[in-house]
Amino acid sequence: MDFISEHAVLVVSLIKIAVLLFVVMTALAYLTWFERKVVARIQSRWGPYYVGAHGLLQPLADGLKFLFKEDVTPPASDRLVYTLAPFLALSLALTTLALIPFGPPDIQVFGQPVFVVADSSIGLLFLFAITSMGVYGVALAGWSSNSKYPLLGGLRSSAQMVSYEVSLTLSVVGVLLLAGSFSFNGIIEHQGGNILHWHVWPQIVGFLCYITAAIAETNRVPFDLPEAETELVAGFHTEYSSFKFAMFFMAEYANMITVSCLATILFFGGWLSPFPDSWTWQLFLPGVGLIALGLYCLYDTVKEMRGIAQLQFAVVTLLCFAGGAICLIPRVMPIAQGPFWFVTKVGLFIFFYVWIRGTLPRFRYDQLMSFGWKLLLPVSLANLVGTALVILLVKR
Amino acid sequence: MSLPIILFFVCAALAVAGAIALIVAREPIHSALSLILVMVTLAVLYLLLGAEFIAAVQVIVYAGAVMVLFVFVIMLLNASAEVRTNWSKMAMYVGVPLGIFLLLEIAYWVWRSSVGPNVANGATAATGAFSTRALSMELFKHYLFPFEVTSILILIAILGALVLAKRSE
Repeated sequence: MDFISEHAVLVVSLIKIAVLLFVVMTALAYLTWFERKVVARIQSRWGPYYVGAHGLLQPLADGLKFLFKEDVTPPASDRLVYTLAPFLALSLALTTLALIPFGPPDIQVFGQPVFVVADSSIGLLFLFAITSMGVYGVALAGWSSNSKYPLLGGLRSSAQMVSYEVSLTLSVVGVLLLAGSFSFNGIIEHQGGNILHWHVWPQIVGFLCYITAAIAETNRVPFDLPEAETELVAGFHTEYSSFKFAMFFMAEYANMITVSCLATILFFGGWLSPFPDSWTWQLFLPGVGLIALGLYCLYDTVKEMRGIAQLQFAVVTLLCFAGGAICLIPRVMPIAQGPFWFVTKVGLFIFFYVWIRGTLPRFRYDQLMSFGWKLLLPVSLANLVGTALVILLVKR
Repeated sequence: MSLPIILFFVCAALAVAGAIALIVAREPIHSALSLILVMVTLAVLYLLLGAEFIAAVQVIVYAGAVMVLFVFVIMLLNASAEVRTNWSKMAMYVGVPLGIFLLLEIAYWVWRSSVGPNVANGATAATGAFSTRALSMELFKHYLFPFEVTSILILIAILGALVLAKRSE
């Protein structure tokens, strides 16, 4: 007990890290399911269907498959770097999530905020510091495979990520000027009030630059040149198999989550509700929303599901109802608010990502470069100068 | 032993190990990776001193930007393993003694100064927000002119590189 009281920060942080890792890993697994389902719907298909009700056990099956597949290391590869690259990619992608506040800082246990692992006063800079290292995972994977397609993929990705990182950082500075703070909670609290106070309205240009650069940074369609399968087989991870491949996969999804979280925090008020505080009925929203989802699942269970799938979906229904009931307990209601809005907004961004993937074709490499340097960079620079000018004029 | 001291020794050891590996490694990429390790562990040491901003900038600029270009160039040129040469006489009889002398000198001055013991005691006064704000105030008010001159210097360097690259055509 002495140890716990003495190192409260350490103990609480370790617990938070464990919980966050569990939640994020589950979310990563189900993101693959979500993406396949949404893309399938866009292309008029069913997507994963047979493993579990609505294919809900597909991520589990895929994970097991990755674990038990043979792990091939090309004999001509640089073994050390080849092994290091996927670990680097995944661990850096997951580390950034430690800085993200999922709820307000005033909900505390042992004097430690519950919803963030590391509440830094310059959180945004640290996040950029960690994501700026993210390119190594891809670049080193491409180089160490010692084969031409991965090398091309690695080269493309380093050039692309260096180019778009400049625009990404510049597009965010406008928000920093408005909020006057590097800390995530400071930026969020500056947007307090209602939906009209969010930074996305004054910084609409910055937001568009940010989301474009962010998609390029995470190597997603239409900027997925490093793994363009029609040109480079599978790009930087051509030689990777088994769980090392799965780690790159998870890193990509973790980066998507991070980038969506950052967009939510910087432009869409983070864990703040879009409604003014005086509308007290919004306290019921998380619980009522979950119960409505449960009712839909109940209808589906009774009407559509048969056999073992019916049983599985009944469990999902029960989980929805239980979650909704917990969110309606008066003591829990205010606590559930922050995470509810945060997760909803992040979910919308992820949907946007998948939507883009299902809709847009890939850029050509020279288009990508000229777009990044000749359009995106000047626009984000102009946005920065314009914002600074307006702030200067208004404050005078 | 408190946590910051443990962290200090771990990171210091890693930084020294990385620096040695940087010189010893024969593959250019391994050297570059070792250099990245040195820079990141140095950033952790800055953090321990309470210099959050410097730590973040260290990682963003050196580990994140400069070294990415290093790695990019090494990959682009597909530089192969270095060839070992025999030690030159010069390095043996002049370099080694001078190196040892330099190390001793640094050790002596660190030992003499009051800074040395305090380094391991972890964060002292400045909290992040304060130090970042104070730093930018100093930089953009007091040192504005040198700051801007530096940026022009960098611009000249970029132009110079462009001229050199274009001349061959």
